[in-house]
Amino acid sequence: MVPDATFTSYYGRPVVKAAPWEKDIPAYLFLGGLAGGSSLMSAGADLSGRPGLRRVGRLGALVGISASMFALVHDLGRPDRFHHMLRVAKPTSPMSVGTWILTAYGPAAGLAGAAELRPLLPARLRDGLAGKLLGLAARPAGLGAALLAPAVASYTAVLLSDTATPTWHEAHNELPFVFVGSASAAAGGLGMALAPLSESGPAQRLAVGGALLELAAEHKMERSMGLTAEPLHQGRAGQLMQLSKTLTAFGALTAALLGRRSRAAAVVAGTALVTGSACTRFGIFEAGQDSARDPKYTVVPQRERLNARASAGGT
Amino acid sequence: MSNSFFGPLDPAPDAGWVEAPPRKGFFTDTSVCIGCKACEVACKEWNAIPDDGMNFLGSSYDNTGALGASTWRHVAFIEQSKPLGTQDAGFAGTAAGPAATDVLNRAADSALTGDRSRLGTDTNAVDLGMPKVELPGADGAGRADFRWLMESDVCKHCTHAACLDVCPTGSLFRTEFGTVVVQDDICNGCGYCVPACPFGVIDRRIGEKGVTKNVGIAQKCTLCYDRIGDGLQPACATACPTQSIQYGDVDELRERAQKRVETLQAAGVHDAKLYGHDADDGIGGLGAFFLLLDEPEVYGLPPDPIVTTKDLPAMWRKAGLAAVTLLAGAVAVFTAGGS
Repeated sequence: MVPDATFTSYYGRPVVKAAPWEKDIPAYLFLGGLAGGSSLMSAGADLSGRPGLRRVGRLGALVGISASMFALVHDLGRPDRFHHMLRVAKPTSPMSVGTWILTAYGPAAGLAGAAELRPLLPARLRDGLAGKLLGLAARPAGLGAALLAPAVASYTAVLLSDTATPTWHEAHNELPFVFVGSASAAAGGLGMALAPLSESGPAQRLAVGGALLELAAEHKMERSMGLTAEPLHQGRAGQLMQLSKTLTAFGALTAALLGRRSRAAAVVAGTALVTGSACTRFGIFEAGQDSARDPKYTVVPQRERLNARASAGGT
Repeated sequence: MSNSFFGPLDPAPDAGWVEAPPRKGFFTDTSVCIGCKACEVACKEWNAIPDDGMNFLGSSYDNTGALGASTWRHVAFIEQSKPLGTQDAGFAGTAAGPAATDVLNRAADSALTGDRSRLGTDTNAVDLGMPKVELPGADGAGRADFRWLMESDVCKHCTHAACLDVCPTGSLFRTEFGTVVVQDDICNGCGYCVPACPFGVIDRRIGEKGVTKNVGIAQKCTLCYDRIGDGLQPACATACPTQSIQYGDVDELRERAQKRVETLQAAGVHDAKLYGHDADDGIGGLGAFFLLLDEPEVYGLPPDPIVTTKDLPAMWRKAGLAAVTLLAGAVAVFTAGGS
């Protein structure tokens, strides 16, 4: 039993500041992951002759990335200056790296998604030059998006970890694996829920594999974080993380056992996995914000580090 | 380049400045701070910073709260039942009880808020005992020792500045003086610098659009970039009446600070310590460093900050590994198994 850590603070006020980000950012973490996973799934479906799964994946990526772009611009303090992100390319800034990844990925995923809407166009447009070019561009665009998708799904972990927010920073070893697992589970879940059962084998395997990776990485992450894992178990963040684990485990189990046998089971499993992925992102986001607002998570680990160094130095 | 994320270096040449002037900074000696807040006022005036609320915070004389987008100097006040070095607070012979007790604090609180039981709270009434007729302190309990700590906090202008590292627009930049400054015509208010700062200094300004200046933009101390280029001192250092805030070349200030802490130690102020002066610390040393009379966390400072970007190469490696895992997994689910 570890006793409650005692520590000193300045009137209980935070040492570090919580990010001024609101719901847009965790929503983006979820939607961006969903888009990335969907692009990979649709490229596989395209190459393996599964048009139904391809359509779901490309449209999922189109919707996911469009909503992501809206959320990212909406969250800015000065949305009219969103293009200032394109002034520089800085490897030291995960947000700058992410900007350039999205700048390459967004149009590719958008083009592949738009191609799926081509049959809905009036005949004149559909069969005109533009329509034909769209049809020709679909596969290269979809494959290009799929090559960039793993970066879209994983860089957001670095975005959160490269801060002084205790719970995000201390999660940096495992968070990328939690996020790519969550992205796979969401995209696989989407494919299971919406694509024809006859084509959804890869979606099922992607969903189950992603869910297992997410649960395992999350478990390891909590063990490695020490005191800063505490906010993942408390308050609203704790509820979200608990819900995420329950839905992800339930979704994976249902997907594995019944996902290919009944349409209803596939929809239930897929919905659980997509919702679970969203809960993971909101839960980790909220836990980090909580850890920044309480000086305990900044002061106690640093004081322990300082004391350990002092005793090792023999002073 | 191996040093750019961590370890000692001179930041202006590292950022590409040729023939940079000596690095400038602050040495804030809290042992002579009198808590006048002239620095806060001078900073607000010179930099034309909007007000950030008129609050009564109930934390000694600190009604400012913390550094933020509209507070670039913040004077912290801490009241402690401790002697200051060998100084005698002069209370020993006086017929007075302790400065405050828990019972008295609760009674005062109750007097301010009225009868809580009628307000529906579950706070129990406090038993103060029967009124006494003898003088306070006559029972032999002397008045407690007392000291008042004051510290004018400011942006640290880190050698390895996380806010600058993570800024995606290039708005935050390293000046020729080795300081870190926001260009408010470039910043788009992404807010990334806010959680990146290990000291909680920079923040995004809130207010009414069109009324308050620079709403939605990240703001912090510029070390008066518009003054020091003209050979002037920053506004706060100019206004400080006790030279608690000293401005100058960082190398020279570090020597001065070392002498000052040795003087205080020799005079019996054994708590006196320097904070942020060491180029080998987790930030590579602070451009604005401090002499403190207690542990850093007492003043709201992190006891052992490490710039988050120290771990960035490791983070990118992990993310790369995760990305490869995802790609391999996606290939596997389509090549293995059935339909």
